[in-house]
This record gives sequence, structure tokens and C-alpha cells, in this order.
Amino acid sequence: MRKSTQRSFTWRSITQSRLFFPLVALSLILLFDFIFIPGFFSIENRGGNLHGSLIDIFRNGSTVMLLAIGMTLVIATGGVDLSVGATMAIAASVAGILMNPSALRNEVFFVTDPTYTFQPLWVVIVSALLISILCGAWNGVLVAYMRIQPMVATLILMISGRGIAQLITNGLRVQITYKPYAFIGQGWIILPFSLYIVAFLFILTWFLTRKTAIGMFIESVGINFRSSYFSGIDEKKIKLLVYTFCGFCAGIAGLVASSNVRTSDASNIGLTTELDAILAVVIGGTAMSGGRFSLLASMIGALVMQAITQSMYAIGVPAFALQAIKAVVVIFVILLFSEQVRNFVQRISTRKKEV
Amino acid sequence: MSLSLPNPNHIYSSRQARMSESDQIILAMEGINKAFPGVQALDDVSLTLKKGEILCLVGENGAGKSTLMKILTGVDKPDSGKITLDGKEIQAKSPQHAQSLGISTVYQEVNLCINLSVAENILLGREPYKLGRIDWAKMNKLASAALHDLLGVDIDVTKPLGSYTVAIQQMVAITRALYIESAKILILDEPTSSLDVNETEQLFKVMRKLKNEGVGIIFITHFLGQVYDVSDRITVLRNGKLVGTYETSAITRVSLISKMIGRNLAEFDEMSKTKLESSKHIRQEALLQARGYGLTGAIQPFDLDLHVGEVVGLAGLLGSGRTEMASILFGSDKADSGSISMNGSLVLDYSPLGSIKRGVALCPEDRKAAGIVDDLTVRENIVLAMQANMGWFKYLSLPEQYEYAEKYIKLLNIATPSADQPVKNLSGGNQQKVILARWLAINPQILILDEPTRGIDVGTKAEIQKLVLSLAEEGKACIFISSELEEVLRTSHRIVVLREREKVAEYSGEVDENTIIHAFAGSEA
Repeated sequence: MRKSTQRSFTWRSITQSRLFFPLVALSLILLFDFIFIPGFFSIENRGGNLHGSLIDIFRNGSTVMLLAIGMTLVIATGGVDLSVGATMAIAASVAGILMNPSALRNEVFFVTDPTYTFQPLWVVIVSALLISILCGAWNGVLVAYMRIQPMVATLILMISGRGIAQLITNGLRVQITYKPYAFIGQGWIILPFSLYIVAFLFILTWFLTRKTAIGMFIESVGINFRSSYFSGIDEKKIKLLVYTFCGFCAGIAGLVASSNVRTSDASNIGLTTELDAILAVVIGGTAMSGGRFSLLASMIGALVMQAITQSMYAIGVPAFALQAIKAVVVIFVILLFSEQVRNFVQRISTRKKEV
Repeated sequence: MSLSLPNPNHIYSSRQARMSESDQIILAMEGINKAFPGVQALDDVSLTLKKGEILCLVGENGAGKSTLMKILTGVDKPDSGKITLDGKEIQAKSPQHAQSLGISTVYQEVNLCINLSVAENILLGREPYKLGRIDWAKMNKLASAALHDLLGVDIDVTKPLGSYTVAIQQMVAITRALYIESAKILILDEPTSSLDVNETEQLFKVMRKLKNEGVGIIFITHFLGQVYDVSDRITVLRNGKLVGTYETSAITRVSLISKMIGRNLAEFDEMSKTKLESSKHIRQEALLQARGYGLTGAIQPFDLDLHVGEVVGLAGLLGSGRTEMASILFGSDKADSGSISMNGSLVLDYSPLGSIKRGVALCPEDRKAAGIVDDLTVRENIVLAMQANMGWFKYLSLPEQYEYAEKYIKLLNIATPSADQPVKNLSGGNQQKVILARWLAINPQILILDEPTRGIDVGTKAEIQKLVLSLAEEGKACIFISSELEEVLRTSHRIVVLREREKVAEYSGEVDENTIIHAFAGSEA
């Protein structure tokens, strides 16, 4: 009797872990892949670098993972940032135009020299990131100091951002041929280079939130901003910080995405990725109303999103049908997270105890 | 006013029929058990309620009163036990279900929609319809008639509930609960904690009226005076266990208190001694000086000096400006006239953080909305202000956090299974202690306590009052606000009386209750 209680207790503590349901979702999708897609798990060694479908999930998922890091913090404060996709486009446009300014002369100039760039790489990257930080700060000011609803405030940049990006590139698609820049999204050091960027940003953010007081303040503000204010927490500064940081993450994601397709396409880069990022965070178990967050769970959430896409492609779902199919799967995954289903799982575990 | 049904008076008449069967048990709860993670909230608790009876449910914080009522009203499910209503075994699945069974509840914290009108709040879900649409005129008439007839309150029912005071909101909540034709049982969970004397008396009148009509009333309160005023029997709980049920006329106040807390309360008698002792420590240096300090619409400009080692009590009726005074002194609201100086230097940064840096702390009145951060753990709640004071990057390490948390859990006797328990799982009084711990942790020079004892049991009240006096002895200054005048008198060296958002009088030394009540009323001259 005692034994079974104990087992049930550990089972319960597992099911109550933040990582449990995201991992269940990911495992279910991977299980599906294992059964239906031959060779999905095979990893091949090409000249010291690892390739394969599994690696691709990580590589293609890196943009959403980057976005999800910033989005987790924003959602934890009880807000949301709809403008990350547009910010990606702005960052990509800035980077593109600094490497290949021909669009400004209103000509589509095909650079063929892979060593040509208008500005050195560090200027390109720093400028793009600074602009995206500025975009984030703009959202932060609107939300924290102007007290505009986060959804409305970030909607402004979501809509205008792509216009701004088009202005920067003069309405043209900018070709990027500069080789070193391509390494960001396409390079490989055993694993895809973009994964190292994700890992770096993840660790940086983890330290920033969990080894300083910022993480606790973010959660506190998200749970009860009045109590936080009375306790001396500057709720406005915290909000400004998370939106700014979210912009920064979006900037990095923009660089990775544009490097990946070798173009700065202002109207397509990062299109609808804000929704993927939000979903990733939600799958990771952070409540849209704010509060407790887990960066790791959001990362798994992002992988769930990418694994869905990847699997759909692998079993031959045509690109135009992808969104619809994806929606169905997402509904299923989200159902896993509903209170009802969770209670059901927990009830099963209690029933076991009684038997 | 000629209104068609359901006029509240009609409701009463239908209840008259049930009167004759008084002394008959209407509700029996037997062997109720309920465990929460880490806590046995209820351990084999039983309770009976007769028709036409007012039963008081008393006990310290965490005794299990609220949990027992939550089980009765279907908010929580018991692990085991039997509930019989009118001879039939029931198990309420939800508050709605409980209501349909005839169990109505008014909760401790007002759970209404403050952005809806008073009328909407009373009749939500029972709106009168005309031609498929809500008949607003009738709805407003019904609501104001109900308020008038049941409680004798006359207010504009079309205004949003949020524009009224907490006391009125409480009245509306009670009206809503009473406005159910089939109510057999009415549960009042701390309904009087934000009501003044007249309002309370009015509520008692209503309760007696309902009692005579055969309704069984379970009344939860921390005010022992009210227990004796209104109840027929008393059920005492302690630490989730049933201590016993007593006829109110057969138990003295002292023995009731000792049953509630399981020890004798000589502490209360010692209190005045302690106070006298501690007044020797007051020094003449003014720690805080406010001059012409005020905020338009909230509190008239006032002068106030606070000395080292002194406890100043703010007394006044509800809405007299006590809370407003506290919040501009703390800086959570910004004053628009006058100035304050601390330790002789003028204060420039009026904000909670600025106050914390100066060593001023405020335990706000509204524990739920402005005090606790409910999803955070006890530990995080305790270190929150200290960490805010230290800034974003100077992080208290986890071992340090645990050290502080454990220290205050022990010091204040916070009943929690561990420091990692989310604070929302704690009882009200223990949540209050957690907030106190949060402020003690920053080692404040001035501690402003706005209603720190509201909804808290006697034992904890005494603990908090003693704590305040001992802080004063250590050279700190306290501002103590409470609706219970007796408590203010017992704890404060000096008393500031507020009336209609204005400081009207100040008394030091020994004052009797009468003087202050006259000052409340404005007849001290």
C-alpha cells in the first residue's frame, strides 16, 4: 500500500513538472515520425558535420526558439509582443542594405562577388541589432509608460514595421551574397551554427533572469503588479526591459532568417512567426495572463512547433495545406495542456493509487 | 411602490411557512476530512445547523473555517465525510449547484464585478426579461427595493459598484446572496470585517429577521463581541479539528478564547503593561515630520510628527482618510501639497521604492490586491521588498533567501508546510504575516500598518500588536491603523483622529474610548 502511494506520488510530481507536458507533446510527434517516416532519426556525418531530419528541426526551429526566449519574458509580465516578425524584417533590411546598398539607387544589382560588402560585418550586425532594440524599446515605452494595452501597442509596430522595412530597402528585395554573413544561418560547426546562437542567447537570458533578481521581478509583476509596486519594484522599468529584450531577440532572429535565405525580403521575412513564438511559449506552459515562466519549456515548445512543420513536410503535405494541417495538430497539442485534460491525467494517477 | 414579484417581502412570507419546524436540524456535516498538499486542513470535523438558528463558526487562522465552508458550497470536494441537507445527502458540485440546493454564501472578500452596476450585480443571472430583452427599468427597481427592504440601504443602483465603498459593496454582496427565493442556509464569511458599527447593527437586524423566518445562518467572524451579540450556538475549530459546539449563553468569553487558541490569553492583560513600559523608550527626536502634507480629494493637508520609539494610531470611521494618509506618507500615492522630512532632511523621492530606501514600509489595507503576490512562494514573497531595495543585479542567493524566509517563518509563527509553498495556499492571517515579514526584512525605521489585523484571529492579533510594541522599543516608529478602536487604543502611544478626510484631533497619554468616539462624530467641542 505504501509502495503504491509512493509511486503515485512521484508520478504526480512528474506530471506536475513544467516540462512534462511539452515533452509529452514533443515525444508524441517524434513517435509519429518514427513510425511513419523511415529514416527520420538517421543522422549522417558529412565531413565532420552532422546532418539529418532531427538536426533540421533544431536548425529550422532556431528562429522561433530565438523569438520564444524574448516572448517568454514578455508574456510572463502579462503582455504579448505581436511585432517580433516585423522587427525581424526591419533588422534583416538594415543588415541587407548595409551589405548591398544597390537597392537605394533603385537598381537590382546582382552582386556575384562573395567577398563584397559595403560595410564590415560587425557594423552590419551591430546596426541591425541596435535598430531592433530600438523597436523593442518603442513597444516598451508604449506599454509601460503610455499604458497602452500590449496587444494594441505592439500591433502598431506589427503593421507599420513591414512598411518601415520596405522603406529601408526602397521596396526591393535585397540580395545578400556576402559569404561570412551566410555563415550565421547556414554555417556548420559539427552542429548548425544558428544552434550555437540559440544556446548562447538561452544561457545569457537564463543567467540574466535566474542569477539576478530580474526573473523574480518579472514573475511578480506578471502575477500582481500592484503588490509589486507596493513592494518597491519598478514595474515600468521591468516592462521596458522585457519588450526591449524581446526586440533584441527578434533582431537576432532576423539576422539568422535573412542569412538563411540570402535575401532581405521585407514582406516575407518572419511573416506570422510571432504567432509561432507565442504558441511556443504557451505550449511551454507560461500562462498568457503572466506569472511563472520557464525558458527551457518554451524552447521545447518551439521545437514542438518546428517538429510539426517538419513532419508535415516529410509525409508530403503540400506547402499550401500546411497551415491548415498544422492548426489541427496545434489544437491537439494545446488540448493536452488544458486544465481538463491535466486533471484527467491526474485523476488516472489517483485512481491507480486506490487500486 | 407596487412591484410584482419577486418582491423580497414576498420571499419572506413564503418563508413563514417553514417557521414552525424550528429546532429541527436542517444541515449536518459529519466526519469531513480534507487534505491539501502538506496540510491536513480538516480532520474529522462535524457540524450541525438547526432551522432558524445563527451558528457562529470561530477559530484561529488556518483552523479550517473557510475550507469547511468551501466544501459545503461546492468550491472544494471533501476527501471523505457526509453532508445532509434537509434529511437528504448532498454533495455540491459547484457554488451554482450549492445555490440551487438552497445554500447561499457571502464570501470574506467581495467577489462581485465592480465595473457592473449595483443592480446588475444583485440580479446577475436572474435578470427580469421583457420581450426577450432585459427589462432594465424593472431590474433597477427590483434591485433598489431589495437593498432598501433587506438592509435599509438607499443608493443609486445604476452606478457601477466600484464607485461605492467596500462596506456598500459588502452590503450588495449580502443582498445578492439573500435574494434567492429558496435559500435555506445562508453562510456569511467575515461579512462585517469592513463594516462600521451602524452597518453591522443593520446586518444583524437582517440576520435576526431571516432567523425568525426559519433560515439557518452560519456566521464566521473574528469579532467576539459580535459572536455574543447575535449567535445562538458556537462551533469552535482549531488546527482543522473540531473543538466543540457550545450554547452561546453557556460559555464565557475567556473560556471561548482559550478554546480557540488552546492556551490562556493572559497576553492581552499584559499588553497595556508592555505599552506603558515601551512608552519610556520614546525619544523626542522627530523621525518623520509632515507639514501641510495632503492630496486633493484624498486627504486635507495635515501636520504630523513621528518620534523614535513611538506608535501612532490612526483612528476614524471608514472613508475618513486613514488609508489615504498612509499611502501618501509611504508614497504609493503622490501628495500635491506640503512636504515631509525624515531625520531632518527633506524627502524628494516620493515613491514606494524611495520610501523603502529611506526605511519606510507600508502594509497595505488590501492584502489580496496590493499585498501578496499569490503565485510566488512564501520565500519569494518575503524577500521581495528587500530584493527590490537591493536592485536588479545584486541578487540574494538562494541559501540567503531560505535563511531569511526560515527566520521569519519561525519568528512570526507562519503556518506553512515549507518556504516553497505558493503563498496563495496559506490562510489569510498567515498571508498577512508573510507581508509583515517582507517589511521586517528590510529593517524599516518606520512601519505603517494599514488594517494589519483585519480578518485575523485573536491569537494572531495579539501577536501583531505585541510585535508593533516591541518594534517601537527597538527604536522604530509605527503608524497603526485599525477599524477596531479598542485595538488602536491598546497599541498606540498617541492617537490621531480623522474625520471626513481631515485630521481633526490628536490625543496622547491615556484616552478613553468615549472621547475618541466623540471626535469621530465631530462633537468633541
